[in-house]
Amino acid sequence: MSGALSYLQDLDRSVFDGHNKQGDAKHAQKGLSKALVRRISKDKNEPAWMLAHRLKSLEKWKELKLPTFGVDLSHIDFEDIIYYAAPSEMKGYATEWKDVPEDIKRTFERLGIPEAERKVLAGTGAQYDSVNAYHKLKEEWEKLGVIFEDMDVALQKYPDLVKQYFMKLVPSHDHKFAALHGAVWSGGTFLFIPKGVKVTAPLQAYFRMNAKNMGQFEHTLIIIEEGAEGHYIEGCSAPKYGSTSLHAGCVEIFVKPGAKFRYSSVENWSQDTYNLNTKRAVVDEDATMEWVGGNLGSGRTMLYPCSILRGRGSHADHLGVAFANAGQIQDTGAKVIHIASDTSSTILTKSISKGGGRNVYRGLLQVNKGARGTKSQIRCDSLILDDKSKSDTYPTMRINEDDVSVGHEASTGKISEEQLFYLQSRGLSEDEALAMIVNGFIDPIVKELPLEYAVEMNRLIEMEMEKSIT
Amino acid sequence: MLDIQNLQVSAGDKEIVKGLSLLVKPGEIHAIMGPNGSGKSTLSSTLMGHPKYKVTHGKVRFEGKDLLKMNPAERAVAGLFLAFQYPKEIPGVNLVSFLRAAYNAVNKARKKSFKPMPLYNFKKLLKEKMDLVGLGHGFMNRATNEGFSGGEKKKAEILQMALLEPKLAILDETDSGLDIDALRTICGAIKEVKKSKQSLLMVTHYERMLKYLKPDHIHIMMDGKIVMSGGKELAAHLEKEGYDYVRRKLAEKNPLKVIK
Repeated sequence: MSGALSYLQDLDRSVFDGHNKQGDAKHAQKGLSKALVRRISKDKNEPAWMLAHRLKSLEKWKELKLPTFGVDLSHIDFEDIIYYAAPSEMKGYATEWKDVPEDIKRTFERLGIPEAERKVLAGTGAQYDSVNAYHKLKEEWEKLGVIFEDMDVALQKYPDLVKQYFMKLVPSHDHKFAALHGAVWSGGTFLFIPKGVKVTAPLQAYFRMNAKNMGQFEHTLIIIEEGAEGHYIEGCSAPKYGSTSLHAGCVEIFVKPGAKFRYSSVENWSQDTYNLNTKRAVVDEDATMEWVGGNLGSGRTMLYPCSILRGRGSHADHLGVAFANAGQIQDTGAKVIHIASDTSSTILTKSISKGGGRNVYRGLLQVNKGARGTKSQIRCDSLILDDKSKSDTYPTMRINEDDVSVGHEASTGKISEEQLFYLQSRGLSEDEALAMIVNGFIDPIVKELPLEYAVEMNRLIEMEMEKSIT
Repeated sequence: MLDIQNLQVSAGDKEIVKGLSLLVKPGEIHAIMGPNGSGKSTLSSTLMGHPKYKVTHGKVRFEGKDLLKMNPAERAVAGLFLAFQYPKEIPGVNLVSFLRAAYNAVNKARKKSFKPMPLYNFKKLLKEKMDLVGLGHGFMNRATNEGFSGGEKKKAEILQMALLEPKLAILDETDSGLDIDALRTICGAIKEVKKSKQSLLMVTHYERMLKYLKPDHIHIMMDGKIVMSGGKELAAHLEKEGYDYVRRKLAEKNPLKVIK
C-alpha cells in the first residue's frame, strides 16, 4: 500500500505525541492583554499600522461572542493559554539546515522534513512555536521574483505588499477567532508568485506547537498574480500534553485572473488541541483554486475552507478527508460563494468515524443573484466503522439565481462484512483489511497529495486503525 | 489433506449444510455439483471461515489441524484458498497494492525469514503470473475488481491462487457467468497454475467445467448433503440427463423419499 519511503514507515504515533524539553517557553505568560499585544508588536519591530490593527482586533475579540454552531467551545479557558512564545535559542531564522538547533533538528528529522526537502520540494518553511526555524527557497524561483518567506520577515521586508492584503479577506470582525488571530498572530508563511510565473514543485511548510498550553496563530498570506501557478502544502503537528492547546490560524489566498493555485494541508494536531482555523480564497476571472485537506488529530476541529468566486469563469475544487477517532469531533466542510457568472465548483469530502468519534460535514453553497450559468457538484461520503461512532451532514444551499446547475449527493456507509472477509481470506489481519479499505475510501483525495504526504497520510490512517477501540 | 466429518452449518436460524463428510487427498481434484440452493456455496464460504456461517456440528481437519479454530487469514496462511463466486470490489485499492500486501502477509506468516518483497520485484513476479492466466498487465493499476468483466474477475481470482500457492484451492462456481470461450480460457489458466501436489475442490452447478478439469471424484450435493459420489462415469451421466439422473437413481434406491 504505502512503503514507498522507508523513513515514513518508521513513524509511529510517538513522533506526534512526544515533545522536547519544555524549557523554552516556561517564562512565557498566560492570558491576553493590551500589554501582551504591545509586547508582541515591539518584539517583532512592527510598523505602527500593525500595532493599531492588533489593538483594534483585541477590542473586537472582547466584543464578539463565541460561535453558536459547531462544537462546544465553552470549556476553553482563555486565561490559561500562552498566546505568544519563542524558543530562546532561536535567534531570527535559519536558511541553512546546519544552522537549525540540534533538538529541533531531531524533531524535524523524525517528521521527515529534510528528506522531503532533499527531494522535490522547492522550499521549506517550518514553524517551531512562533519563530520560523528553517526557511529556504530554491534559487531558481527567487530569480523569477517568487517570495516565500516567514510572515514576520515578510512584514519587515515587504511592508507595503503585506499591508495591501493582510486580513482584507478575513477581517478581524469576521468572527471571534479571526479577531483573536488579528490581535496575537505570529509567524506563518508569505508567498508571492509574480505574473506568469509557474512554480511547478510544491512549496512546503511544517508547523508544530511545542509548549504546553500554547496557542498557535500563524498567518498565511498567499498572492498569486495573473496567469501564475503554484502549489503550497503544509503539515501541522502538535505534541501531546495534558491540557488545552488552541490553534486559530488564518489563511488568505488571492488568486488573480487566469492564475491557478492549490493549497494542500495535512493537519494532525494532538488530541488536546482545539483547531479553529480560518481559510479563505478569492478567485478572479478564469482563475482556479484547489483545496486539498486532511484532518486527523485535534480533539475539536472547526474548519471550513472557503472560496469566493468573484471573477467570471472562475473555478474552485474542495477535497477533504476527516478522521475522527475516540474523543474527537471533526466539524469540517467547505464554503463556496458564487458571485460571478459561469463559475463552477466541486466539493468532495470523505469522513471516517471510529471508536466513538464524530464527524460533521457543514457546508455552504451560495449562488448570488446574477451568477448565471453557475455549476456546482457536491459529494459527501462518510464511513462509520462501529456502532459508537457518528456522522452528520449539514449542507446549506442559498441559491438566488435560476440559471444554475447544482448537484448534491451524500452517502453514509459501513464497511461490508463481505469486503473484510474477502481481504482476510487472502491472509490480511482484520486491522490490515480495515486500513486497506479505509485508505481505498479516501484514495480519490489522497492521490492529489504529493507522494511524501500521501504516504504519510496512509501511514497515519494505518496507525489510527491499529489503535484499539476503547 | 482436507477431512470433513459430518459438518452442519447454519446461517441465522436456517440450517443449510446438514451433515456432510468429504475427504480430499493431496493432488486430487474433486467436484461438488448440485442444483441451486443445495448449500454448495455455503460449504465453500464456511471452509474459508466466513463469519456469517456458524458451524453447529462436525469437524474439519486441514493438514492435520483443526480448521474451524482458525480465522480466515490463518486459513490462508495454512494453505487454503477460495476463488470467490462474486469477487469483491475494493474501491481505491489497486490490484498490485492489494496483492503485494497479501503476498507479503501470507509468506511472512509461513516463513519467519521471509523479507517483504519490494514493489519493483513484486511487479515483475505479478506480471509473470498475469501472463500465466492471460490478464493484461494494465489491470494491476486498476482498483481491485472494480469495473472488471465477469471473466476478468475470475481470471484475477486465479491470479491470486497462482500468487498465494495454496495446498488446496476451492473454486466456487468459477464457471458462473462466463461464456464458453471465457470458460475455456479460465480452465486453461487453472491448469497452468495448478501444481501437481495441489488439490482442487471445485463447486459448480453445471457439468461443463468437468470436461476441462477432469476431476478424480464427483460428488452430488442436494439439500445440504452429499447424496451420491462417483468417478468420471458420473460426469457422463450428468452430461446426458442432468440432475434428473441423480433423482432417478435415488428414487430407485429409496422409492419413498422424494428429493427436490
